Amino acid sequence: MPTTSDESLIARIAQGDRPAMEALFARYRIPVFRFLMRMVRNETTADDLNSDVFLDVWRQAGTFEGRSAVSTWIFSIARYKALNALSRRPAEELDEEKADTIMDQADDPEVALAKKDKAAVLRHCLLKLSAEHREIVNLVYYQHKSVEEVAGIVGIPEATVKTRMFYARKKLSELLTEQGIERGWP
Amino acid sequence: MTDRNKAAPGEPSEVELLLPWYAAGTLDPDEKRQVEAALASDPELASRYAWVRAEFAEETSIGEAAGDPSLDDARALFAKIDALPVRRRQSSFGFGERVAGFLASLSPRALGWSAMAAALAIVLQAVVLGGIVLHEKTPGSYQSASVPTATPGDGSYVLIRFAPAATAADISAFLTGNNLSIVGGPAGGQLYQVRVAPTKLAADELSRIVAKLQSDKVVGFIAATQ
Repeated sequence: MPTTSDESLIARIAQGDRPAMEALFARYRIPVFRFLMRMVRNETTADDLNSDVFLDVWRQAGTFEGRSAVSTWIFSIARYKALNALSRRPAEELDEEKADTIMDQADDPEVALAKKDKAAVLRHCLLKLSAEHREIVNLVYYQHKSVEEVAGIVGIPEATVKTRMFYARKKLSELLTEQGIERGWP
Repeated sequence: MTDRNKAAPGEPSEVELLLPWYAAGTLDPDEKRQVEAALASDPELASRYAWVRAEFAEETSIGEAAGDPSLDDARALFAKIDALPVRRRQSSFGFGERVAGFLASLSPRALGWSAMAAALAIVLQAVVLGGIVLHEKTPGSYQSASVPTATPGDGSYVLIRFAPAATAADISAFLTGNNLSIVGGPAGGQLYQVRVAPTKLAADELSRIVAKLQSDKVVGFIAATQ
């Protein structure tokens, strides 16, 4: 089934074409929501931000100049919204997150069992990455963004994208080491 | 191996930096060839790549487990849009595009897994194979980063990216011959979620199946998932 290009939809949305907005929303609502979930780790917040992202798309479609792909533009809006929400997160919520991390260090029976499963430990460590590292890991591995696209979304040079991903993986190695798995460099 | 592969002590080579994008299938052809040549000639790099593949599979699991937006999200969004000052409205959209948009918006949560699983698997498989046929005829057609994906039940699953040269007939024969079912995808990078067994297999058994499937020419990439 032929599909209208994102650029064509944006041009129509800029003219107030609501069906075009419905189509673009249907196309991106799930990947953007999942990116937001990975960033803010709260379903209600992610839902609210998802709605805000597409409201911005509706409002700002007329300013889209096509210097990047539409998906890059949408994800860059989502990223901005997520970082903004994280910066507003109440101190007590951050404390709870830190406490979770500290508790994770202890080898309760569940964690001990999980250590037997390398994949489960790896997943556990991926979940513990910082927002900066979660963001790039999700964009590269889950959203399948190229180096150029990640650079456009995050607003950094392509060389920095590659090294940031490398340091995210290095951090992952450190977390794995804490869990008793030594995988070497990085 | 080229100079780009050589790195200062303690620093990653250019090729190593590219491994995550190689796993995700988002490198350009030249970079892809460069990585493949390096992997073929450097066993240590190949062992590091095994970790990259594991990271890729687990991050994919995390992404899929994030679930879907609330069923009410469209209503909430368009209520906000309706509250804005009215702009010129058009309704030039074709029926096919609206149907495509509707199908893309269906979430597994909305469909309800328990009663629909078998039917959905068959329908998705037909759609996927149809999509592959269309893809063969219309290169460059849009693929979303995430499309309806069946929520796994108790079975065992893998992620597969089919080889570019594989035809719909090849893939159909591969699925039938190995008793596999496509239950979701394609996500970006042309990854399909495929059920390999109706029950949860032991890790060793799943690894053995992955290794067997990996050897088929139809498979470009495969990783076990949960």
